[in-house]
Amino acid sequence: MSATSPRRASFAERLRASRAGLTLAAPALLVLIFLYAAPLAHLLAGSFRGPAGLTLDAYGRVLGDPYGRSLVWNSLRLGLITTGLTLLVGYPAAFGLAMSRGVLRSLFLASLFLPLAASVIAKAFAWTILLRSHGVVNDALILLHLTDKPIRMIFTQTALIVGAANIFLPFMILPIYAVVAQIDPRLTEAAATLGSSPVRAFLRVVAPLSAPGVVAGVALVFSLSVSAYVVPNLLMGENYPTLATTIVKAFLLIRDPALGAAAGAILMAIGLTVVVASNRLGEQGSAGK
Amino acid sequence: MTGALARILAIAFMAGASLFLLAPLLVIAAASFSPTPVFDLPIGGASLRWYGAVGSLDGFWPALALSLEIAVFSTAISLVLGTLAGIAITRGLMPGSKILAAALASPLMMPGLVLGIALLQFFRGFGLSQVFPALLMAHVVVTLPYVARTMIAGLSRFDFTLIDAARMLGCSFPTSIFRVMAPALAPAYLTSGLFAFLASMDNYPVSIFLTDARMKTLPIKMLQYIEESPDPSIAALSTLILLATLALLFIADRAVGLHRLAGLAE
Repeated sequence: MSATSPRRASFAERLRASRAGLTLAAPALLVLIFLYAAPLAHLLAGSFRGPAGLTLDAYGRVLGDPYGRSLVWNSLRLGLITTGLTLLVGYPAAFGLAMSRGVLRSLFLASLFLPLAASVIAKAFAWTILLRSHGVVNDALILLHLTDKPIRMIFTQTALIVGAANIFLPFMILPIYAVVAQIDPRLTEAAATLGSSPVRAFLRVVAPLSAPGVVAGVALVFSLSVSAYVVPNLLMGENYPTLATTIVKAFLLIRDPALGAAAGAILMAIGLTVVVASNRLGEQGSAGK
Repeated sequence: MTGALARILAIAFMAGASLFLLAPLLVIAAASFSPTPVFDLPIGGASLRWYGAVGSLDGFWPALALSLEIAVFSTAISLVLGTLAGIAITRGLMPGSKILAAALASPLMMPGLVLGIALLQFFRGFGLSQVFPALLMAHVVVTLPYVARTMIAGLSRFDFTLIDAARMLGCSFPTSIFRVMAPALAPAYLTSGLFAFLASMDNYPVSIFLTDARMKTLPIKMLQYIEESPDPSIAALSTLILLATLALLFIADRAVGLHRLAGLAE
């Protein structure tokens, strides 16, 4: 991160410097330890605790029966489909953003930031209006004679996926754009001069250089969509129970904190896996340069 | 030839993505002018009555005040903590500063609901049942990663020898901080403050576990309105929030430029 660390400082100097650093970082460190690491560790420990000591009971209740496994699968599926779809749209779109100039680029950037800054609840609510039986999309389909009866869209998986892709798409485009915008266009020109076809130049030069952005975007979108609560709650209701909706139900409705903690611990394990995997892939990418 | 075609295709993809992203915002704004209580598009005639109804939504003003207070205070605290830690990290003053940087950013990837229930149980364990301090502490954790990431990026570009130069030219230490360092870091402060503030204002998954029947933040109240009686006043409220956000983004664009915002917000 920094290139200004003292070279060949004496031991005493380094000790003094690190003490100053520790003092500066101490408030943030205390927040991280007491309001983040400790509560999460406590939650993890609590999920193993039963009336009679250590137990895997709560996990058994989630992973042991078909309903519990369907919760995990529903969460993972929501995450995987949303990530795949946003990558499919977001990857070329990020290149389009990087290639655009002037007013067009400003408009594109505004169309990314405004939804990003808008309330998730408002956006999910808008999709319930759009997709209602007598909503905007159905009215348009009937007007265009594409259908004569309203199609049932709200509370279907299509609605869920469309809503989730809409809300998380900026998190895919922006990291890829940040990397793609820095790729030197002369590299592809050089590849072309050296006899590469455009397709080959893209596959061999541009695609590998954009990989860190893809890793960052995929990690962000997957970790956000796998644990999304507002979107499945408003667009699917009770029809699509996930780990996230179960956590809220367990704590706020049926008062079963052990079940909620187990669902939370599983979600946390999924989240940590994504963080570690994306850091690994990111390091590999930068080591390969 | 293929290059030009690919370029047009890529820009078309981005244009499609833009329309798709803006669609729900346009719909909610249109529905807020609905002349009837069932979200008709205002084709026959627009009505402003739902905007008048926002103020009389049950519990709206206390929820707005609570959300604003929590967002302002948690952003301010995070800016201070993030700057101090950022200096330690970018100046290489600490062993393991890379790990600290990663740790500071990691709550961003942690599912909000998990953090919410973890903090709920933790606070209960200490007997803390007051809503305000619990929410404030939780929102510091929520906003800190936004601030830390941007401040680390901003500080790593700041030339600290400028402070030494200012001091040699006769500035006192506080003056050199305010006259030299603060202006150079202003864009980073604005960007990280904006993102932190918006993240706090819109937070649902952490707050839901730390509020009670009487004290609720605005997002929690909004979801409650939608579930109980969805009428166009919710659309009007969403549109008002959207306009406020638009104003903030416009100021940020004037001051820093959306392009820089994109690079820094990464």
